[in-house]
Amino acid sequence: MTEHILRMSGITKTFPGVKALQDVNLSVRRGEIHAICGENGAGKSTLMKVLSGVYPHGDYEGEIYFEGKRCEFGGIRDSEHAGIVIIHQELALSPQLSIAENIFLGNERAKRGIIDWNRTNYEAGELMKRVGLRENPTTPISDIGVGKQQLVEIAKALSKEVKLLILDEPTAALNDDDSAHLLDLLRGLRDEGITCVIISHKLNEVTAIADSVTIIRDGRTIETLDMVTDHVTEDRIIAGMVGRALDNRYPPHESKIGEEALRIEDWTVYSPSQPDRKVVDGAALTLRRGEIVGLAGLMGAGRTELAMSLFGRTYGVHISGKVFKDGKPIEIRNVQDAINHGIAYASEDRKRYGLNLIQDIKTNISAAGLKGLARRGWVNDNEEYRVAEQFHKSMNIKAPSVNSVVGQLSGGNQQKVVLSKWIMTEPEVLILDEPTRGIDVGAKYEIYTIINRLADEGKAILVISSELPELLGLCDRIYTLSEGRITGEVSRQEATQESLMRLMTKGQE
Amino acid sequence: MSSISPADVKVGATGDGGAPRQPGKVSLGGMSLNLRSSGIYIAFAAIIVLFSVLTDGALLTPQNISNIIVQNSYVLILAIGMILIIIAGHIDLSVGSVVAVTGALAAVLMVNMGWPWPLALLATLVAGALIGAWQGYWIAYFGIPAFIVTLAGMLLFRALTMTVLGNQGIGPFPDQVRTLANGFTDGYLGNIGLGPLGGADLFSLLIGIVAIAGMVTAQLRTRNARKGYGQSVEPMALFWLKMAAGAAIILFLVVQLARFKNLPWVLVLLAILVLGYSMMANRTVFGRQIYAIGGNLQAAIMSGVKVKSVVFWIFVNMGVLSAVAGIIFAGRLNQAGPTAGDSFELDAIAAAFIGGAAVQGGVGKVVGAITGGLIMAVINNGMSLIGSPSERVMLVKGIVLLAAVAFDVWTKRRAGASR
Repeated sequence: MTEHILRMSGITKTFPGVKALQDVNLSVRRGEIHAICGENGAGKSTLMKVLSGVYPHGDYEGEIYFEGKRCEFGGIRDSEHAGIVIIHQELALSPQLSIAENIFLGNERAKRGIIDWNRTNYEAGELMKRVGLRENPTTPISDIGVGKQQLVEIAKALSKEVKLLILDEPTAALNDDDSAHLLDLLRGLRDEGITCVIISHKLNEVTAIADSVTIIRDGRTIETLDMVTDHVTEDRIIAGMVGRALDNRYPPHESKIGEEALRIEDWTVYSPSQPDRKVVDGAALTLRRGEIVGLAGLMGAGRTELAMSLFGRTYGVHISGKVFKDGKPIEIRNVQDAINHGIAYASEDRKRYGLNLIQDIKTNISAAGLKGLARRGWVNDNEEYRVAEQFHKSMNIKAPSVNSVVGQLSGGNQQKVVLSKWIMTEPEVLILDEPTRGIDVGAKYEIYTIINRLADEGKAILVISSELPELLGLCDRIYTLSEGRITGEVSRQEATQESLMRLMTKGQE
Repeated sequence: MSSISPADVKVGATGDGGAPRQPGKVSLGGMSLNLRSSGIYIAFAAIIVLFSVLTDGALLTPQNISNIIVQNSYVLILAIGMILIIIAGHIDLSVGSVVAVTGALAAVLMVNMGWPWPLALLATLVAGALIGAWQGYWIAYFGIPAFIVTLAGMLLFRALTMTVLGNQGIGPFPDQVRTLANGFTDGYLGNIGLGPLGGADLFSLLIGIVAIAGMVTAQLRTRNARKGYGQSVEPMALFWLKMAAGAAIILFLVVQLARFKNLPWVLVLLAILVLGYSMMANRTVFGRQIYAIGGNLQAAIMSGVKVKSVVFWIFVNMGVLSAVAGIIFAGRLNQAGPTAGDSFELDAIAAAFIGGAAVQGGVGKVVGAITGGLIMAVINNGMSLIGSPSERVMLVKGIVLLAAVAFDVWTKRRAGASR
């Protein structure tokens, strides 16, 4: 057996009320590329934050051995000092500074506090050669693409004499060429003796590059497999990722499916930060009245981007495609148009996009449908109170009164306020993005019941979710999205977690 | 979209049961009082009592009350516009310069060019609106931070004022304009005797009684309508106690003014503006959208609020109110001068923040801003009555501003900690 550079044993990390990690073990051999796979929310990123000292020693239970020594990191500086560098999915570069300045940020090439620019730029150039980045070291970061920025991050890691490099979803934001180059670079680093841990949703990349893989599910280690001796395939990884039993966490529901309500065709959206990258690519969807449709996709697949670009162009640039409401083509230029056409979108990030946390429940509920309560611009605040009070009861919002401040409610009750807000606009199409994120099990059941009730009222519903069991338990039909493309459409009867995961991880041919 | 983050997890952990706590609330014999929103009024009352004692009652003499109102009317008018801008999460540093340039324009039109005064007033208000539209365009549609745009405006409009006026003032203004700025209602109905208080203007007293009657009927109607909708209302005794207190304040103010020179016209104007803008802020779709934008800009956009248009119009509004203040200030001095309105923006901003506006936006009341402005006015006036030098007045005002905002931040932090 080869030597292990890293051994994490019995790691348990608890957030108030939730165990994010439970007795997780991870062993990484020296000089290998080790992949960590798991569904969204399985605990991969938390585990990496424990390792890199973002959650300092004492914040978690369990032990970390690095190069045979027991480690108690108090912060990122400690772990970097030991030779562990983590590159997060959202790059941590300063856009106005040059490549060289970013590489040596916090680690400046200086003599007595005075920066030696010649040495800075020369050494940056050498590091850039190692990662295959052909740019001038003095070029500002904002002038190079995301793919090259990723390389700068790796060069920065190399400047710190890294022994263990952790990459969190390194190719999620990259196009195919940049991804291929990055994977080649990782192979090169492995040959130089640098150990890599890579978190990825793209299973074809995992099977192509990794030497071994650890699968995490619901905050626990499921298994660690050697790619060669265990004959690991994508299907094998998927089976490990989803293998959990479905119990009755979902209220029974029989949909009465009616006419087509909304259809989009050839929907294409470009990223605002990289105008040459398609975030949504020729997507087509059909939603019918009374039907609950799911949209499954891994992180970065373009789910939220698809929904927001549809909802009044609140995301993306160069949006093209056709939208049909009740069979007639419509134009949605802004949020008001979307609301007027009977479309509602409840965001996955309710605190950022959904709620005014400093205001009370009734003001939040009326925020989108205020015009319905007003005559010639004057709001009838008694009517507002009455409507809010109705939702308070019908949605079972647990708060002393509708005058309670929304910021002090629990996640489940906040979500009920967001749903009330959109139901008040009397929508015909409801797009619910991660409607149960960050909500405990009991409140989830209530949200599912509300969704079923809305479908029974004849509304067309699109549920976006990272949790496959949720989609399987709730939806009549599920679309899968991968790299911005619709890769499949499966009915509830034929869908399994495995089949969905296969479609969700399907790369481009 | 990270797989798991502490913020997401915490939410579920608090559970769905249990009533959320309301921090910053004090219970006084069954009567609950929100410190954060009513602290300002308590402070105002305390400051008045303090200076009444320190000045041996000189603070509340008829003439002094009238002086406080007339001398501070323009800052109070500016504070009304400023609070709306601050609620939306912006700031306006240019209002002092806009006061100067609109005052100068009014003077040029009326004095130099001999326009009839109503036409000149209208033209000045339109000019104020155009100035607001200019700044609103850069802020709302071009996307430059209001701090920068209005800092530039502060320089631009001061420069314009000095170009128009040169180094000297223009005056005098027509009598009607001076009356509006500095004058009082006539004794239309003569005087009546009030026993030991001496003679007082009957018309002013009647206006006061009408105002009290109006306040009580409006509040009663609101209360009954709420009851009709099944909302909980305060107990009848408390309601009447509040009404009696409000009536006593109005009556005291009106009697004192009636004993002096009747009602200042600017007080009438101010009352109309405060009433109108309070209703606009609380009861109209537009007003609600201002709060929505300041409370959470992204959520407002995603709820279909036309953010750019709302921001544009609150700056147009600020321009018009600055023009009103500009006319009144020039009219009171009877000439438009190149240094008019100097540092008014700071007084207006301070008034808004002392009056309970939040630094991050989304919170604030028109009445709060007026109270904030009056607190500063009373401190100014009271301290000069007891002969404090101006540097000490400035010192105290600075401390009051800092203390008011510190109090706001502190109550908010406590609210956050209890979550």
